[in-house]
Amino acid sequence: MTKPTNSILAVPFAMVLATFFVLPLILVVVVSFWDYTEYSLIPDLILMNYAELFYGCFDWDQGLCTTFATYLSTFKYVFLTWCLTLVIGFGVALYLVFCVRSLRMQIVLFLVCTIPFWTSNVIRMISWIPLLGRNGIVNTALMSLGIIDQPIEWLLYSGFSVTLGFVHLYTLFMVVPIFNSMAKIDKSLIEAAKDSGASAWQIITNIIIPLSRSGIMIGSIFVITIVVGDFITIGVLGGQQIASVGKIIYVEMSYLQFPAAAANAVVLVSITLLMVAAMMRIVNVRKEL
Amino acid sequence: MSEKTQEKTSGLSRRSFMKGAGTLAAASMFGGVAPYVMSSEKKVLRYLGTAVNQDTKIGEKAKEDLGITIEYIPVTTDEVTKRILTQPNSFDLVDTEYFSLKKLVPSGNLIGMNAKRIKEFDNIVTAFTKGEVAGKKIGDQGTAPKKVFYKDGEMSKNFSSSPTEWVTLIPTVYNADTLGIRPDLIGRPINTWAELLNPEFKGKASILNIPSIGIMDAAMVVEAMGEYKYPDKGNMTKKEIDLTMKIMTEAKKAGQFRAFWSDFNESVNLMASGEVVIQSMWSPAITAVRTKGIPCVYQPLKEGYRAWAAGFALPSTIKGYQADLAYEFINWFLSGWAGAYLNRQGYYSAVLSTAKANMEAYEWDYWMLGKPAAKDIMSPNGQKLASAGEIRDGGSYEDRMGAVACWNAVMDENRYMVRKWNEFIAS
Repeated sequence: MTKPTNSILAVPFAMVLATFFVLPLILVVVVSFWDYTEYSLIPDLILMNYAELFYGCFDWDQGLCTTFATYLSTFKYVFLTWCLTLVIGFGVALYLVFCVRSLRMQIVLFLVCTIPFWTSNVIRMISWIPLLGRNGIVNTALMSLGIIDQPIEWLLYSGFSVTLGFVHLYTLFMVVPIFNSMAKIDKSLIEAAKDSGASAWQIITNIIIPLSRSGIMIGSIFVITIVVGDFITIGVLGGQQIASVGKIIYVEMSYLQFPAAAANAVVLVSITLLMVAAMMRIVNVRKEL
Repeated sequence: MSEKTQEKTSGLSRRSFMKGAGTLAAASMFGGVAPYVMSSEKKVLRYLGTAVNQDTKIGEKAKEDLGITIEYIPVTTDEVTKRILTQPNSFDLVDTEYFSLKKLVPSGNLIGMNAKRIKEFDNIVTAFTKGEVAGKKIGDQGTAPKKVFYKDGEMSKNFSSSPTEWVTLIPTVYNADTLGIRPDLIGRPINTWAELLNPEFKGKASILNIPSIGIMDAAMVVEAMGEYKYPDKGNMTKKEIDLTMKIMTEAKKAGQFRAFWSDFNESVNLMASGEVVIQSMWSPAITAVRTKGIPCVYQPLKEGYRAWAAGFALPSTIKGYQADLAYEFINWFLSGWAGAYLNRQGYYSAVLSTAKANMEAYEWDYWMLGKPAAKDIMSPNGQKLASAGEIRDGGSYEDRMGAVACWNAVMDENRYMVRKWNEFIAS
């Protein structure tokens, strides 16, 4: 069994987690039951913050309530971003690991992938605006080529631009872990499969995907948890017209409605944890690392 | 025994060394509090406010005239309120808006300002003290400054309806806000708030995403459309909030808005890039668009303006010497140079008599009297704002401030309003 020294070694990290994660989380949960006014927080034990959060949510005739509509819209972007980053990230990793022969070249190309990260991600977001705008580069180019005669409106401040922004920002989070687990695959397995007459597609589906599962899962956890809580990308590229849970929490915080924001945060954290737990059930990451 | 003698001989120097090190460590740990400790040597004021009002040049001039170093702490409008309520020790002087006072005064975190210590107090414009411009009453819906001008004691948490010597804020700057338009892209006259929701501008309109100000613009629009006449736009009932947000939500769903903005720079970009041709805007944003050489008008509208006003206050934790410095700075601020600077940005200064003395006659004629510019009008940073012969949008001070319809406000139903606003954004 575990030796006592092992548990002692775990103490520093446990303390960091306790101070910076568990304690604040407990505080958030506690505050979510408090009452508040415009200028003060009142310690209490009330369910009003949750009641207001889910107000009208179980009255189906009224259509979707704000909370459900917001989560639905957030999940839409989570799903779209996850699919796209997964396909692109998997493709890039596959190319880097199996098509690039020399290790040096692999490292060079891998570093090339990280170049966009040398600038801040707000700048990377904002730079889409002059490109996609009504009088932006894309529209001007298409119009001067005679392909369209009216600027395309949905390029910017739309679901399209938000998804594009997310994919641009977060694909690397998919590439890195997948690359990492693919690099560990024994090349002789691939050769053996080829010798036995497997097609490229069969190699990918029967060997590479199962063996890079842990990378895919870690990448997915990164992307999904980031997108669930994002409000800056949605704000900047969605023209603040698209709801996100993060934005609602932000507005509540700026109006000092900390308990309401805390209630929202508790729900968001619970949903995120549930999603991560479900993913962990599909793949036992610890076992495969 | 030997240890004891050693202690005697070297103890002093070691102890004084430790003391010095301790002070150093304390100073670096509590960097933010340092000005208190060192105030006897260095004059520093930590000035909390919004970036729009914190001009580098004003800080430099104050340093030159008073020897006081102004440390700006620039945050957003909502963040100023939050800081006062949650970290009242983190600043020595705050510049905040009158509408926030309903939240700030009951907290007791700001002291009443002593009117007797303000030299120009009697010259503060009547728009603040009486709600009058040139002897005529102006609109007072919302949190008009006159409603929250006095407190009934220095440390009191209550407003006073009659004049006392304790003032909530020493007024600094105010303005009348309206819609900004791109005349070149619209190509026809605009004269009512209702145009914001005109389907002609579908996908080319914007409104600001700061609930307490956005709702006032929305109310001006709803009233202009003839949908409803509010008894007090600045203090809506739940039903009135529902109605207002319903009209806005329908417009949003129909694709009326291109984007919303919550930062002044975003409004500049939306307008300058032509993404939006009509939107809620602030005066310096119009100036910023114009200095890029793009036509932009701060359009006067027949229903009037939505006004706002800001002023200085001190935190209740402030100590004697820092308070003296703060009063010195405030008196300097009202003594003319800063007022002239603000007037040239398109704002109005709280004491006009001193500002006038610091402006050229042609500048005063253009900015305050609504006369055609005798010469090119320059911004305080030396950029050209208007050519000779042009007239200021909206005309004179009396025309603009006299046509105020309502003031930025915090409503009794603010909590409900914020929820509804979030619903609007989510729709």
